[in-house]
Amino acid sequence: MPRPLRIIVAKAGLDGHDRGAKVIARALRDAGMEVIYTGLFQTPEQIVQTAIQEDADGIGLSILSGAHMTLFPLVVEQLKAQGAGDIVFFGGGTIPPDDVAELKRLGVQEIFTPGAPLSEIIEFVKRECGARVA
Amino acid sequence: MRALARAISQAEAGHGAELIRRLFDRTGNAITIGLTGPPGVGKSTLSSALVRAARSLGKRVGVVSVDPSSPFSHGALLGDRIRLTEHFTDRDVFIRSMASRGHLGGLAGATADAVLLMDAFGMDVIIIETVGVGQSEIEIAELAQTTIVALQPGSGDSIQVLKAGILEVADIFVINKADHPMANQLKREIRSMMAMLEFGGWVPEVVMTQALLGEGIEELWNAIQKHVAYLRETGEMNVKRSQAFRHQVRQLARGRLERRLEEELSAEMSEDIDPYEAAARVLRVFGFDGGVAETEPEQIRPAPQRATVKGL
Repeated sequence: MPRPLRIIVAKAGLDGHDRGAKVIARALRDAGMEVIYTGLFQTPEQIVQTAIQEDADGIGLSILSGAHMTLFPLVVEQLKAQGAGDIVFFGGGTIPPDDVAELKRLGVQEIFTPGAPLSEIIEFVKRECGARVA
Repeated sequence: MRALARAISQAEAGHGAELIRRLFDRTGNAITIGLTGPPGVGKSTLSSALVRAARSLGKRVGVVSVDPSSPFSHGALLGDRIRLTEHFTDRDVFIRSMASRGHLGGLAGATADAVLLMDAFGMDVIIIETVGVGQSEIEIAELAQTTIVALQPGSGDSIQVLKAGILEVADIFVINKADHPMANQLKREIRSMMAMLEFGGWVPEVVMTQALLGEGIEELWNAIQKHVAYLRETGEMNVKRSQAFRHQVRQLARGRLERRLEEELSAEMSEDIDPYEAAARVLRVFGFDGGVAETEPEQIRPAPQRATVKGL
């Protein structure tokens, strides 16, 4: 049996809306993954340090505050600075299509917006992070 | 830090043998503190406060925090970090969440490996936080040098503190949420339970805390120091070390045996015979004759019994 995937579910900045993050955390858990929840109000550095110490396969960042164009790129930057660019980085939230395209260009692997089916998110995580387990 | 993180993952995946063999000589320097208690009592918040105390003395700190895996999906939600966020970017604090991955007893199968690895990587103090326990998950007392049992007020009457199990393995009792109206009553119950007993050596300390506010943490840290000093002065530290060693050996051997047993059990099994006969047949595969009659009841032995009723 392959080891379970380890995924960080994070909330960053001044954003207290964690309902979505909790749903994702529970869904990934039920898909057999070990989900590490960081809690609210994290800085990009805290998130990346967590991912490193937990030897995570992926980071899922939820942002509903409108600060996505600031926070997502900062996490990408931190990952590179810490030599952890191999960790899969994806996100979700209320993010306009133009910003989604720009964030993907900047190095966020995938962004899920409201209405994305859980099964699609689980499939993505299994596919992208699973490569690290094999 | 990445090297330590990866090493722990390897151990979790069952590939710890080579690593531990290489690093074992470098272990044995850390103080190991076990923290156990029921879910929601404040173990993670206490951990965080203890990390702060150790950091103020310049110690490097490791935290291993175990949460349960789902028996159905094998997934887990590891949420202990939420209380430890203030330490995330401190390079002298290493926090690792572990899923129990089916292991019973309050820890994960690879917790002992994680502790050794953190020790070898230079952590001075290692805090081991168990899953939220019920009454009988006492494995922590075998692994840690100092075992803290955290309790919260209002969770039962005076009979609860007389029961066997985790209350017997405490080196230090913490009554967290000490601002609760029932806190003093719980303290009295623990004290009166202890008053009935004759302790062979160390007498458990009782500390009241409000971990969230940092209240009582200095007293708790002092109690830990006192216990560590006691272990060193009496030579019991060596007993503790060899206990932890045996614990891990038993763990490793048992893990292998259990997997082998599962294989046997998943093989076609006739239900025409009674369970004792079936067990005897399985045991024969392992080289045991004579069925199950010789099996002793399973026992985990954290130590010789520490206290007996006075006048016995």
